[in-house]
Amino acid sequence: MNILKIKEKIILILIAAVIPIFAVAVWQVTSNEGLVNKSILPGPDKIIEAFRKMIQKGTYKKHILASLGRVLKGFLIGSSAGLIIGISAGLFKRVNQVLAAVIGMLRPVPPIACIPFLILWLGIDEESKVAVIVIGSFWPVLLNTMHGIKSTEPKFLEVARVFEKNKLKILLKIIIPSAAPAIFTGLRLGISSAWTCVVTAEMIASSMGVGYLISYGRELAQPDTLFVGIISIGIIGLVIDSIVLKLQKVLLYWVALE
Amino acid sequence: MILQLKNIKRVFSINQSKLEVLRDISLDVKTGEIISIVGASGCGKSTLLKIISGLDTATAGEVYVDNKKIVKPSQKEVGIIFQEPRLFPWSTVEKNIEFGISAKLPKIKKKRIIEEHINLVGLNGFEKALPSQLSGGMQQRVSIARTLINRPKVLLLDEPFGALDAFTRINMQQEVLKIWQFEKTTMILVTHDIDEAIYLGDRVVVMSSKPGVIKKIIPVELPRPRDRTDGDFAYLRKKVYSEFFENQKVSSEYYI
Ligand SMILES: Nc1ncnc2c1ncn2[C@@H]1O[C@H](COP(=O)(O)OP(=O)(O)O)[C@@H](O)[C@H]1O
Ligand SMILES: [Mg+2]
Repeated sequence: MNILKIKEKIILILIAAVIPIFAVAVWQVTSNEGLVNKSILPGPDKIIEAFRKMIQKGTYKKHILASLGRVLKGFLIGSSAGLIIGISAGLFKRVNQVLAAVIGMLRPVPPIACIPFLILWLGIDEESKVAVIVIGSFWPVLLNTMHGIKSTEPKFLEVARVFEKNKLKILLKIIIPSAAPAIFTGLRLGISSAWTCVVTAEMIASSMGVGYLISYGRELAQPDTLFVGIISIGIIGLVIDSIVLKLQKVLLYWVALE
Repeated sequence: MILQLKNIKRVFSINQSKLEVLRDISLDVKTGEIISIVGASGCGKSTLLKIISGLDTATAGEVYVDNKKIVKPSQKEVGIIFQEPRLFPWSTVEKNIEFGISAKLPKIKKKRIIEEHINLVGLNGFEKALPSQLSGGMQQRVSIARTLINRPKVLLLDEPFGALDAFTRINMQQEVLKIWQFEKTTMILVTHDIDEAIYLGDRVVVMSSKPGVIKKIIPVELPRPRDRTDGDFAYLRKKVYSEFFENQKVSSEYYI
């Protein structure tokens, strides 16, 4: 049973790897044959070489940690704010009414469009970058939390009335668990938006981070560095998402069973 | 009298127009009595139970439980079981039942009475199961345990077995009788199953619709356990049916 499961897992991983392996192979061959301009698109061997050098010098770790640190800070602030405001708006009609117009107007503004203003306001240092991430992770968490809270099953609320439960009990035992799947969707969208935002912010103004690697690679015409950056974004994004999915399976144990 | 309904009237206003759902419902229920209510869908049975439980308020008239007027839900007085078990999918059987406990109790005592009630509804071994892992009948048992844990003076059941298959339904009727033999709980059972109404009830209240009124009260003076294949049972069944279909005829003519 267990061996079968492991086998199945390995097969799944192999299947998932088919396209990337094929693409890298084609890429390498076309590069070797000189079918593409190496100064624009270096072959995988060149990129791996650049990657190895950066790890050796310790610069890779520095850039990755810088980006991850910003994401973590910004996401923590943005998602907490989204959660708190979302829960209040979902619970209290008045808060919802007060926020409705503001939300309607601000939501369509892409967080990236705020970067110039944030730089003017907060300076070119850490704060402005973290602020972009805060905005980027705030919206999905807020909107999904509000939606989740509002879609609480009214029949469950009736049960709570029959058992004479107070507001706090209702919030903790019914409303939050009801909203949990939607909240989780918000957090997942929030973290992925945070990751997009950090790269963009770093590309515009920074001296460190994955986004900086990319813009630096372009400025100095080092396409291999640039590609190390791009590939890192993909891989880290994938890792973050799979961690969140694992977490979701554990925390929302009842959803999978339904 | 444990439960008294006095001239209950309920009118809903739906965009300016008024809909009279219940008119002049009066009924006295003795302690330990089981009352079955049958009536066409939409005749106001659920509305009546909601008023008795305090979830809804009558436009006119009063509900008294143990001589106390019901103005809001009070689980010590009235418990209600809905057609859907309404269990929280994120909580185990134990935790769902614990939700019913109103009093502040020490942990050990809580655990003991939860265990007692799991036994009462025959769900030993399923303490840690989630609702989604149980059958419909088992889920309804959990719901019953959750409500019984407060020993309400009156237990309302709103088509509690309506969603279950015939076999499970008969099982659950047995279960209700078993509980009644232990606890002598006063019950009001709304059902669309005439056999169920006669099998469980001391009296069968037949309602007619538009507005919902009590049309007839048929006493069931058969000893328990009752035999569904018995001649007296058949006679009562016929009696209830005739009340029912007379009513249907009237209302269909009304439409034409
Ligand atoms: N909250 C409400 N507002 C307006 N009409 C309602 C409401 N609740 C029930 N009704 C109406 O009252 C009538 C009786 O409903 P209900 O008590 O659920 O019937 P039953 O349980 O006998 O099938 C129906 O016509 C229904 O549409
Ligand atoms: Mg009903």
